Amino acid sequence: MQVPSHVEYERSASVEHALALLGRPDHRVLAGGHSLIPMMKLRLAQPGVLVDINGLAELAYIRLDGGQLCIGALARHADLLDSTAAGLHFPIFHDAERVVADPIVRLWGTVGGSLCQADPSEDLSAVFAAVRATAVIRGQDGDRTVPVREFHLGPYETVVGPGELLAEIRVPVSPGTGSAYEKVARRVGDWSVAAAGAVLQLDQGTVSQAGIGLTAVGAEHFVAAEAEDFLRGQPAAEENFKAAAEIAAEHCHPVVDQRGPEDYKRHLVAELTTRALRRAAARAGASA
Amino acid sequence: MTMRVAVTVNGTEYARDVEPRLLLIHFLRDELGLTGSHWGCDTSNCGSCVVWLDQRPVKACTVLAAMADGRCVRTVEDLERDGRLDPVQQGFIECHGLQCGFCTPGMMMTARWLLDRNPDPAEAEIREVLSGQVCRCTGYENIVRSVRWAAEHAEGTTR
Repeated sequence: MQVPSHVEYERSASVEHALALLGRPDHRVLAGGHSLIPMMKLRLAQPGVLVDINGLAELAYIRLDGGQLCIGALARHADLLDSTAAGLHFPIFHDAERVVADPIVRLWGTVGGSLCQADPSEDLSAVFAAVRATAVIRGQDGDRTVPVREFHLGPYETVVGPGELLAEIRVPVSPGTGSAYEKVARRVGDWSVAAAGAVLQLDQGTVSQAGIGLTAVGAEHFVAAEAEDFLRGQPAAEENFKAAAEIAAEHCHPVVDQRGPEDYKRHLVAELTTRALRRAAARAGASA
Repeated sequence: MTMRVAVTVNGTEYARDVEPRLLLIHFLRDELGLTGSHWGCDTSNCGSCVVWLDQRPVKACTVLAAMADGRCVRTVEDLERDGRLDPVQQGFIECHGLQCGFCTPGMMMTARWLLDRNPDPAEAEIREVLSGQVCRCTGYENIVRSVRWAAEHAEGTTR
């Protein structure tokens, strides 16, 4: 039987209330809880006080606003999967959300919680890195914004400080853009062995901007920056996708674990990056 | 330290003083004696503990009872009404949807939720919605058939 260690519980009535509570020592945000509670059961996390934000409807939204897709931190995975706006502009979100955990967990796990958990195998970190999203972090003195590519400090560590709360993730909507996410997992609900997300903006068949995110393979900030640099300015062609994917596979740092050896994971990065780029290009063509 | 938790379970309000670390599945089983929901893997993988929390299924081993305070829970005990089985329950009988029965309460609660949203789901949709739940006996074939049976015999029994 797995039992969390002793903990106190506070339910926040508003974002301001949550921020005031989170400014105190040893207080931790409880959102969907589907990462935090399992970690508490294993005693890998032993917060003193949980601050439950599940009632904060003001943080649970997905909307288009001024040319950006704005996702409230408390939006559930299922909400993102159901969002027509998200699927229209960023099919990568729907690709990824179909393979995050399982349908029941997706009803409760939150988008913001996934980012803040900062698990190296978590899917949305690579997705938001690929689309060059911006995180809006709220504190008692107001909001600050951080590019998602600078959001993670390392495994299970983010720039969100004491007394702060991730409030929103913003993604700029650009015309002529296509995106896709490809994942290999051992079974439903499991973490990725490896996964790749790609975003391509095309201008007359040439890649004007590329975003490539990698999951679970030790890519710095979840990004394949060298592969993105290679693709920019190149024709959107199969041989360039394969070359970029090889660069991505070369520059990541997969670890050997029960999900596979290093060479297999690099092989997956190359193959999945190629597939993601291929689909992203096809979708960019369709939306242009 | 304990806290007062008041939860409406299957239409009845229960209030108990519990530790904040108490999981919802243990609240239901040990505090309220509602042992229909099963405590399985303890890791949110198997789904035998699925109940509804505010109308949506949740793995009750991964929710604190405190999080359910002031909310509504529905468990497998609420499927039968006035001596009449829910079509999902009847479907599991008709199609042999269980052998050992351990996963069954969770399977049925998720199936009921699916059918309330989509009264005529395709086999693929049934398999998808149940994909986070584990059965070690049936190979899933009969579970899927049971849910389809319920979809085909829904007349006058939806709520």
